[in-house]
Amino acid sequence: MEQDNKEIFNKSIDVNLWRKVMKYLGRYWKHVMGIIIAMVIQAATDATFPLFTEYAIDNFIANKTTEGVILFAVLFVVLLILKGLTIYIFIYLADRLWHLVSHDIRVDGFMKLQELSFSYYDRNATGSLFTRITSDVGRLTGIISWGLVDMIWAISMITMMTVFMFMKNTKITLVVLTVVPVLVVISIFFQKRILFYSREARRYNSIITSGFSEGIQGATTSKTLVREESHINEFEKKTDDMKTAAVKSAVYSGLFFPIVSILGIVGTSLAVWQGGVMILGEVITVGTLTLFILYTLQFFNPINDMARVFANFQSSQAAGERIMALLEAEIDIKDSDEVIQKYGKITPDMPVPKLKGSIRFEDVSFQYKEGEKVLETFNLDVEPGQCIALVGETGSGKTTIVNLACRFYEPTEGTIYVDGEDYKKIPLMYIHKNLGYMLQSPHLFSGTIMDNIRYGKEDATDEDVMNAAKMVEAHDFIMKFEDGYNHVISKGGGGISTGQKQLICIARAIVNDPCIFVLDEATSSVDTQTEKVVQRAISKVLSNRTSFVVAHRLSTIREADKILVIDKGHVIEQGSHDELMELKGHYYNLYTNQFIEDSNKDIFGTPELIPAECQ
Amino acid sequence: MKKLGLLKQFLRGNGTAYTAGIVFMIIGQLLSLANTFVIGVIIDSVIGEILPEGIAYRGLLILGGREHLMQNLWICGLVLVSFSVINGIFMFLSRKYSAIASEGIAKKIRMDLYEHLQNSTYLYNTNIKTGDMMQRCTSDLETVRNFLATQFQDLVRCIVLIVASVTVMGKLNTTLTLAGFSLIPFIGLGAFFFFKYVSKMFLLADEAEGAMSTVIEENLSGMRIVRSCATQSRETEKFIKSSVDYRNKDLKITVAFAWYWGLSDAICQLQIGIVLVTGIFLAVRGSISVGMLTVFMTYVTNLIWPIRGMGRVLGDMGKANVALGRIKEVLDAPREPGSDDKGLTPDIEGQITFEDVSFAYTADNEVLKNVSFSIEKGKTLAILGRTGSGKSTLLHMLVGLLPYEKGSIKVDGIELKDINKKHLRKNIGIVLQEPFLFSKTIKENISDNNPEITDEDIENATTIASVDQAIKNFEKGYDTMVGEKGVTLSGGQKQRVAIARTLINNCKVLIFDDSLSAVDMQTDKNIRNALKKHCAGTTTILISHRINTLRQADLILVMEDGQITDRGTHNELIQREGLYKQVYDMQSCVLQMEKAGE
Repeated sequence: MEQDNKEIFNKSIDVNLWRKVMKYLGRYWKHVMGIIIAMVIQAATDATFPLFTEYAIDNFIANKTTEGVILFAVLFVVLLILKGLTIYIFIYLADRLWHLVSHDIRVDGFMKLQELSFSYYDRNATGSLFTRITSDVGRLTGIISWGLVDMIWAISMITMMTVFMFMKNTKITLVVLTVVPVLVVISIFFQKRILFYSREARRYNSIITSGFSEGIQGATTSKTLVREESHINEFEKKTDDMKTAAVKSAVYSGLFFPIVSILGIVGTSLAVWQGGVMILGEVITVGTLTLFILYTLQFFNPINDMARVFANFQSSQAAGERIMALLEAEIDIKDSDEVIQKYGKITPDMPVPKLKGSIRFEDVSFQYKEGEKVLETFNLDVEPGQCIALVGETGSGKTTIVNLACRFYEPTEGTIYVDGEDYKKIPLMYIHKNLGYMLQSPHLFSGTIMDNIRYGKEDATDEDVMNAAKMVEAHDFIMKFEDGYNHVISKGGGGISTGQKQLICIARAIVNDPCIFVLDEATSSVDTQTEKVVQRAISKVLSNRTSFVVAHRLSTIREADKILVIDKGHVIEQGSHDELMELKGHYYNLYTNQFIEDSNKDIFGTPELIPAECQ
Repeated sequence: MKKLGLLKQFLRGNGTAYTAGIVFMIIGQLLSLANTFVIGVIIDSVIGEILPEGIAYRGLLILGGREHLMQNLWICGLVLVSFSVINGIFMFLSRKYSAIASEGIAKKIRMDLYEHLQNSTYLYNTNIKTGDMMQRCTSDLETVRNFLATQFQDLVRCIVLIVASVTVMGKLNTTLTLAGFSLIPFIGLGAFFFFKYVSKMFLLADEAEGAMSTVIEENLSGMRIVRSCATQSRETEKFIKSSVDYRNKDLKITVAFAWYWGLSDAICQLQIGIVLVTGIFLAVRGSISVGMLTVFMTYVTNLIWPIRGMGRVLGDMGKANVALGRIKEVLDAPREPGSDDKGLTPDIEGQITFEDVSFAYTADNEVLKNVSFSIEKGKTLAILGRTGSGKSTLLHMLVGLLPYEKGSIKVDGIELKDINKKHLRKNIGIVLQEPFLFSKTIKENISDNNPEITDEDIENATTIASVDQAIKNFEKGYDTMVGEKGVTLSGGQKQRVAIARTLINNCKVLIFDDSLSAVDMQTDKNIRNALKKHCAGTTTILISHRINTLRQADLILVMEDGQITDRGTHNELIQREGLYKQVYDMQSCVLQMEKAGE
């Protein structure tokens, strides 16, 4: 996002994009109108205050009388109350607009994310999706609502000041206004550069942040390799870059403000010159001259505001594009029109029939990108209730097979049959709602243990939940918590070990009772004791269910009905454990390696992952 | 106050620029006050007919007297413009030097922190909570920088403005000065308390935002669970609830701010009104001129906003103090002794002796008890032991990561303590079990951009570490970025790159702290064989659980509870009952199979 800093400022405003964004404002047209009215009044009061000074000089001081001062003071107070009120109103409305529209776009984005296919998740990192519906949305809508405020104020202010000045004296006004075009050009020139360098500084700042992060996490490594010096030097370069960019940004804004205020003074001088002559010729009064001086002194404020809004809009366009790209993203896997015609529109909340669970891959090929096949003419026949173990190295294509079976992806070529029917011809929800999925790192949601186990089946009774927990031997440790099943699992984990989390996930799957189960096994990070419990729980959930296991545990692999050894998108060996051991091939090697790791664990207790002194 | 000392330390090297920034700022402020005064004088004494006093009178004379100026009003304009140009130059210089100084200070703090973290002790490093430390290095630092760069300057400016304005105004008219300051203290106090008050609301909103982020994170990372449980609508409801909560907390702040800005603006305006109305009375009585009333009005207007800002700065000052304290804590942490250039730098051959070495992290818990062994140059030592048996501690002591208090460790007969740490580590290389790769290219990770290391050296190292082929298979080969911005290496690949990275230093002693645990046995064997071939004279120490790896060592130590409970060669150890034999028996069936497979 930050690399294209230069490009951002060369891009012209994309009207189409902004029109789409503005649609979100439509619902709040009352807010928008309110802001416009408030800002016009605000500008009017701002332009009126100098008139009071003028009046005071010309009528009270010049005539040496205080008659009517009370009324004057009252009017002044009325005006300032009006100004205070409009400030209250516009801040209230603009801020509300900001937060309301943010909320709306966020919700739309979130709902879209619930529907998008997994291919979208593969193309876009989770972190970037997260940023889009949080900070990008906030920044964009903030700039829109506050930009609106500044824009309307600036326009009305300039208009009113000009009108008032013309009413007082045409000639001085014309002379004074010659400064305006120069102000406009200079403001735009500087605002763009200031924004550019402040973004540069921000970019370097994030480089420094990751530098610190590396420095902290890699400190021991730096020591052992004696790289302290070279890392310090590298880091110094980064801080130098940061310093240069930040100073540049400060220099530009340091140049900008004096230049603009000098221009203001030039306006003032013009007013003094022209006005002074007229006073001497008694064409205008001293009060009017003061009025001109006061106006010229603040002329640059609205112009500067407009330039800033313009630059901000330009720079936030990228954020807008990212958000719109998400909101308008194509959903690749959805029910075809024929399916909808036949079955009706099936949403996630509707009940679906139970599947038997037979799955057949027929000449299935799959590619994420054109020309990069990750799976080629793959065939597999899975009977209901069978367990298929997939083994192979990271990136070999195991997950692809699972994703295809779950219809998180659809084959590029070939057909997948579920219960004998091409699964593209039945509603997506029929498959998804019959699925159980267990991730490599056990995934729990913030909430109570009860909520988590019940997650997939809202109408499950407390008893159902407890039965499932008992079945996976989780009941005992759950009851050890003071609040039992109501123990809250927080973001950090809340005193629950990884193994226990796994058990809760398995219990959740059991309550949900899917007919197809997918298990992405963890590369064991729990102690032997828990490991055994987890294994027992897993074999319970696997029994009588069609299942795919991306396997690491020997026990799981051995019990599978069929083992597929995958390498670079091809099945290189397949069969039962005994058959594959006979082959003395790839599987045989994998197995012996794994055996040593497992037997070590038996002897040494805990896996050798974290040095004791760091625990 | 020690914190002040720290501030002084940060200012070092930037003091001149910092002072220059402040001095220029003061001059600029004074000039801008003077400029306003000139406008007043022009209104009164050029356009009006009041005879000026003091400097103004002299100024008028220099420019040719009232009559001349009246005929040539452009001269007055020019005076105004030149005043503001000079003022502008000072304002610019002030901003420039302040920026140079404050960015210089920020850089200094960053470098101090980074340098300190690189040279702090191993124990300190391992106990760092990364998130907390990151906060100290980024947001705390930013708070301190902001205080020095902006807030302190604002404070000075405010004081200068108040003192100078009051002096000028007081000379002109006392009553009007009093009127001009009647509300200002309240404006400052109001801002001070308001910002103290809203900071609590901000905290609540931040928490709500955090809760919302958690919902999104959990949803995104558990998307497969969500889909298979078909809970999309419930998830959406949950999200809407959290987003609404966040929105509502924000809206509360909105209301507070709307009140604050509306009210404070009205009060500021009222202050100007008071000056204006009082001024009318005074002017009608003739105790103040029109021009000077304009001066008053401008001065008061220019004072109100900085003072309102001031209240905020003072309200935030506590934060800067806390942040500075947190940075100080880091810089006060112990530095690794001998991380300087002191100590011996002998040519290291690789003979190592441990004699009665003990070690304890805490006084009552010895992790190593009277460990003694010795290993000749070029030989291989292997260690087997459970987690917590002290084997890693032992190796960490050998590279000087942990200090030893009892006993003696000698390298080539020289006491390890006396050897310069960096020299020691250049000669004794260790591959950590969970190596940390830097987010640079693979090449940079291995060579550290050292110009003396050729591509050939790098390839040699990676070939020995059996990772050459894997690297070449990446699209960008050796220029592949590691980590978030590039490829994620598997555990085994990481370990192998780490081995290559250590090999490049041509160490006389190589230590493998169970650093082959994530590679398969065949690769493990390939690496060992390559090492034997290419690094024949190197002393090797390794921790492993694989009998096949252990058996080739010249000496095997079995460690339990911080003590060496058994030692010998493979053939000796399998003769007696003990941990080694136990492990051997467990693995022997596999070993048999492997042999058969060869």
